[in-house]
Amino acid sequence: MANIRTMSFDAVIVGGGGSGMRAALQLAQSGYKTAVITKVFPTRSHTVSAQGGITCAIASDDPNDQWQWHMYDTIKGSDYIGDQEAIEYMCQTGPEAIFELEHMGLPFSRTEEGRIYQRPFGGQSKDFGNGGQAARTCAAADRTGHALLHTLYQGNLKNETTFLNEWYAVDIVKNADNAVVGVVAINIETGETVYVKSKATVFATGGAGRIYASTTNAHICTGDGVGMALRAGFPVQDIEMWQFHPTGIHGAGTLVTEGCRGEGGYLINKDGERFMERYAPNAKDLAGRDVVARSMVLEILEGRGCGPDGDHVYLKLDHLGEETLNAKLPGILELSRTFAHADPVKEPIPVVPTCHYMMGGIPTNVDGQALTIDKDGNDQVIEGFYACGEAACVSVHGANRLGGNSLLDLVVFGRASGMFIEKQLREGINLKDASEADIEAAMVGLNRINTSEGGEKASVLRAELQTIMQNYFGVFRRGDFMKEGIEKLNALRPRIENVVLEDKSNAFNTARIEALELQNLFATAEATAIAAEGRTESRGAHAREDFQERDDENWLCHSVYFPESKTLGKRGVNFTLKTREAFEPKIRTY
Amino acid sequence: MLNVSIYRYNPEVDSEPYMQDFKVDTQGKDVMVLDVLEKLKTEDPTLTFRRSCREGVCGSDGVNISGKNGLACITPLSEAVKGNKLVIRPLPGLPVIRDLVIDMSQFYAQYEKIQPYMINNNPAPAIERLQSPEERAKLDGLYECILCACCSTACPSFWWNPDKFIGPSGLLQAYRFLADSRDTATEERLANLDDPFSVFRCHGIMNCVQVCPKGLNPTKAIGHIRSMLIRSAT
Repeated sequence: MANIRTMSFDAVIVGGGGSGMRAALQLAQSGYKTAVITKVFPTRSHTVSAQGGITCAIASDDPNDQWQWHMYDTIKGSDYIGDQEAIEYMCQTGPEAIFELEHMGLPFSRTEEGRIYQRPFGGQSKDFGNGGQAARTCAAADRTGHALLHTLYQGNLKNETTFLNEWYAVDIVKNADNAVVGVVAINIETGETVYVKSKATVFATGGAGRIYASTTNAHICTGDGVGMALRAGFPVQDIEMWQFHPTGIHGAGTLVTEGCRGEGGYLINKDGERFMERYAPNAKDLAGRDVVARSMVLEILEGRGCGPDGDHVYLKLDHLGEETLNAKLPGILELSRTFAHADPVKEPIPVVPTCHYMMGGIPTNVDGQALTIDKDGNDQVIEGFYACGEAACVSVHGANRLGGNSLLDLVVFGRASGMFIEKQLREGINLKDASEADIEAAMVGLNRINTSEGGEKASVLRAELQTIMQNYFGVFRRGDFMKEGIEKLNALRPRIENVVLEDKSNAFNTARIEALELQNLFATAEATAIAAEGRTESRGAHAREDFQERDDENWLCHSVYFPESKTLGKRGVNFTLKTREAFEPKIRTY
Repeated sequence: MLNVSIYRYNPEVDSEPYMQDFKVDTQGKDVMVLDVLEKLKTEDPTLTFRRSCREGVCGSDGVNISGKNGLACITPLSEAVKGNKLVIRPLPGLPVIRDLVIDMSQFYAQYEKIQPYMINNNPAPAIERLQSPEERAKLDGLYECILCACCSTACPSFWWNPDKFIGPSGLLQAYRFLADSRDTATEERLANLDDPFSVFRCHGIMNCVQVCPKGLNPTKAIGHIRSMLIRSAT
């Protein structure tokens, strides 16, 4: 059965988005035989949709800006369960990583002085929260993700990285020592199944926003990395923490950047009131995303929503003037006209909180090494396995990510993973080869789908899954509701495992890919549900009606979900900074 | 009910391609062409097309819609339907892999030919290379390309010589680097383009401009490259 072709590399990166291509670039430059497995052509990855920018203290807008202030904002934004060591590393290393991108050609917008343009984003401050709003998000108009992703692809072309474009990784191959020694993957165009063997396997598989019915995420964001890790028996961390972006276009779900509010736009209710002044008197519309999203939902629930059904609010931009909008937010004008049929130059955009980002993921250290937890509660490195970007939980976002920090995360930790693997390869990585049985174990799920009959269609099951997650695990959560949601997921599990693939053909069979993606969506959704029900407090994006307060005594920690027992454990948050004493948890207000 | 006609071809099953007719109930809504494709795929999972961002920035779902190349995700039925009929075909001129999925290797090969990356061998400063807003403004209308191939596959010159003519998309990117004040390889780049085919097969037909879903103007960029080539020759 496992009589399949083997391809061998020093390093394999699964995922051709920002973090994957940054890791690949590092390794390709070092001369190691590197391949990127990506289910879409790299520039179609979801990083392309990032709009507003990449937050980093490069001291362009304010020559006195300090990365330590960015670190403070990020730790506060995380509601204190971001790992401080990782946040320190990200904020301190950030400027170097940004300048590298600029040298690679990223077309940043510019200031009069010729430096990179920076705009204000939510949760940003100067002087550790005492100096007012900062403008720290480096931007290429409102197409920063597109500019970044294309620049990274171009850099990889220059350095001759091997791309396995339109290949889909199915499952992890583990050796006798439980180390990761590559993946089984399908060449989508031909249908051929291959064992891609590697000394280092990096998961840069992005998020899983498609577990929800309403999401800003691309169709391809199906939690493939999380699903594969869980099936391999590895844990995920803080997976209950899902960011709902305040401004998704009502109905379509497409993202409207926080940069709109950074440039001076604001939210209004049906009475035309700028309601964020009530919820966050200082930061107003630039409070943390969790705070703004909850405020919007409360406005809607209390009958001050807009539109015939009162189910959204408005984002007002027209007062900024056509010239500014054209220069700073051209992509938003396009998106709003196309998907909201509203011209922001003249009228407000109907918006509603929409699933946007997975703060949780595969736990890693700052070198990108994936971790599991042993019986005594100690971190254990999983040999051969690495993760970075949205798929990873390093954890710099904790319970709530700040806008502009996802692009920084993926660049800094893609780079860090690449550098660390380069060092390990130089020193020599010796992992036992996978046996035939090991490879066969990674083909069980694929074989089941390839021989399926009599089940239900993937599209029907996917829609049911998304509805359950939307209804029971949204912006506000409640224990009894979530228990009901978990019951529904339990009922759905056998039906999803039994999904039917009627078309067994090989050439570009996207139905096969969708059936496989569905397994990953379900695995991610189930972990989310169990972790959300288990965390009995409110923190960051996790807001419970039955536990409305943050509970530092019991929950100032990461949650760790173990797939084999489907249970939730805890893992300590890192409070060890290299450059100063740690930031102690405070009440979080904006 | 909307009449939809779609190009179908599965190399393992069909001896030749054919058009298949569907009826779709859009409930009178002005949805996007991609929504129609997604709905049909729930009924017939064998229907094959590429899609990713569904908001016009990733460039996956370039198809020929009622005779005009465009992105399915941002083309509303009100622009695409003629006489209650919607016709969806793969982008023309490149080999079809299956249904609406084309083999884009030639398109990408032309992109790679123009060295689509910054070349600047001067030592990099400790911060960013400075660039004035005016210099940066020269990249507007160029860097936004999403590599969807709508333009190149609408270009008769590219249909004839897909192996030798760079095509509008690749040339737009060639000019994106020629126009960048930070790039120092102008001479090398022009030398690479200086042959009868790479640039000069453009006959100014402007189909590229007409179909670009991002509103970009490859013909204008090609004009700039021509001027630079002619200037460098004299």
